[in-house]
Amino acid sequence: MSEEKEKIVEAPGCLTAEPDLEGYELVYEKPDTFTDVRMHYCPGCGHSTAHKILGEVIQELGIQNNIIGVAPVGCSVFAYDYLDIDWQEAAHGRATAVATGIKRVRPDNYVFTYQGDGDLAAIGTAETIHCINRGENVTIIFINNGVYGMTSGQMAPTSLAGMKTTTSPYGRDIKTMGSPIKVSELIANLPGAFYVTRQAVHSANYARKAKKAIMNGLRYQKLGLGTSFIEIVTNCPSNWKMTPLQTIDFINNEMLHYYPLGDVKLPSKEALDALAEIEKGEKK
Amino acid sequence: MEQDIRLMKGNEAMAEAAIQAGIDAYFGYPITPQSEVPEYLSREMPSRGGVFLQAESEVASINMVYGAAGAGARVMTSSSSPGYSLMQEGVSYIACAQLPCLLVNVNRGGPGLGTIQPSQGDYFQATKGGGHGDYRLIVLAPSSVQEMADFVFLGFELAEKYRTPVLMLSDGAIGQMMEKVVFNHKPLPKTEKPWATTGKKEGKHRSIITSLFIQPEVMEKVNIELNKKYAEISKNEVRLEEIHTEDAEYIIVAYGLSARISHKTVELARAKGIKAGLVRPITLYPYPYDRIGELANKAKKMMTMELNAGQMVEDVRLAVNGKIPVGHYGRLGGIIPSPEEVLENFEKFIKE
Repeated sequence: MSEEKEKIVEAPGCLTAEPDLEGYELVYEKPDTFTDVRMHYCPGCGHSTAHKILGEVIQELGIQNNIIGVAPVGCSVFAYDYLDIDWQEAAHGRATAVATGIKRVRPDNYVFTYQGDGDLAAIGTAETIHCINRGENVTIIFINNGVYGMTSGQMAPTSLAGMKTTTSPYGRDIKTMGSPIKVSELIANLPGAFYVTRQAVHSANYARKAKKAIMNGLRYQKLGLGTSFIEIVTNCPSNWKMTPLQTIDFINNEMLHYYPLGDVKLPSKEALDALAEIEKGEKK
Repeated sequence: MEQDIRLMKGNEAMAEAAIQAGIDAYFGYPITPQSEVPEYLSREMPSRGGVFLQAESEVASINMVYGAAGAGARVMTSSSSPGYSLMQEGVSYIACAQLPCLLVNVNRGGPGLGTIQPSQGDYFQATKGGGHGDYRLIVLAPSSVQEMADFVFLGFELAEKYRTPVLMLSDGAIGQMMEKVVFNHKPLPKTEKPWATTGKKEGKHRSIITSLFIQPEVMEKVNIELNKKYAEISKNEVRLEEIHTEDAEYIIVAYGLSARISHKTVELARAKGIKAGLVRPITLYPYPYDRIGELANKAKKMMTMELNAGQMVEDVRLAVNGKIPVGHYGRLGGIIPSPEEVLENFEKFIKE
């Protein structure tokens, strides 16, 4: 056991013993790219699913030793505890600037950010837009749950009209508080945006599609043709004041009406052909 | 051996030195009076190697520095007062994450948008914090175009030795004026950075660059570790220049541009029979408290000359610790006093 693993296991809230699996057939495992740390995310929170599919993608692409993640302020700032890769924590809103700095000096590493809506679409709007406008060869994973999770439930730039939060207790009034920002549509207009898609993770089917999108977003870094942007519309049971099951209804009935799922911008056929060539070469 | 001697602006000399010091990347944003730096580097770096990137703001550039330094690159940024203020959040993160890098503030007059003329109004910001939290920067104060070049090398050497950000605090005059500058610096060797994020290689401990230590016990441990480092820096890295201090009764303490003016003032005073001397702190952090305190045992009075309302004078008072009177003379708003004007006020202070 490595020194680091020992250290992590000693931290509070961690699994301290291996479960006894004698006599069971193992059909489901956490990815190898995960540490043994128990997640701090609330029960039913979409972050854990998003982390898991990201971990699976990194494992399946075989890039655990070649990837650097950037986790800025927000619930996901502790992502480095869970995914066993190199990480940089970033100041609130600055993940894409940090990722730019990393990718520019280490172009051969895969670099991604994992950001929430307050981070990416409020305090970090300038960094987000300019990173994508430069077409930085990084992958942005954007977790949109319409609320500030870590600071416990304040209004986010993506909170829906009428949504009650701790700083919009009477509901978001778009006349005075602005309208929820559709970031994917906004940034898809930038020539530097190579691939823009909006996904979800609150059902197995959605999670499979989101996983594919993250995988593509990372694979496209082999081309160096621009920024990949994967928005994931998800929930926040604690701050929406709902049970996890109620949040699924809310996502389906409210969030997805305003934030429709699907690809907003796709790579050209030529680009995909070029990628196929590169990957054919990798196999050899 | 033929020497590489050039006539250059301070900002350009610094930019040239940065390339010669082997920077991997520069991230910056235009602001007067330091725009020559990004202009020079954007012109030179494409053919001489390294990344030049004009960021969308100083907020972005300092965070690009964070990312690149965290990934093991030799990296710098430069700005001037209002822009450097914008960077303070990132500087605090960089200090806590212990990332070596070089920051440059070509000080102009403030507060606010202020003036584009030279000033030393950012002394407090440079030496007493700037950003939030308990941290220090090594602060180097050049007083010539030559030193703007030299301190790039010294800055990176110290930054990498102590794994800490280094700030060069220049000003609009030193940055803008042209002087002879000699480039004869020894190449800076690349330092090992096993802590850098380069991908979690086989057998390599994974690297996490962070300034987040949410458990108080862990945060305190980091604070203590940082302060141990600052104590080490204070012990080893104090730098200053002294002129005519061996028998000085009246001493001017000044750094950067003010030290140049005060040097002349001291010569004028000596010509009039006043036993005057000059102390020029080269490192503003760590500050030469011990030496100034020692000089106060023999001198009768000390005065700082600063292009501000009296900032470094507080450190001189700390160093002198009440032994002798300490005064201040300064001009504000970007006005530069002549040596004669300083002498007049120095004499007034002596007679008080």
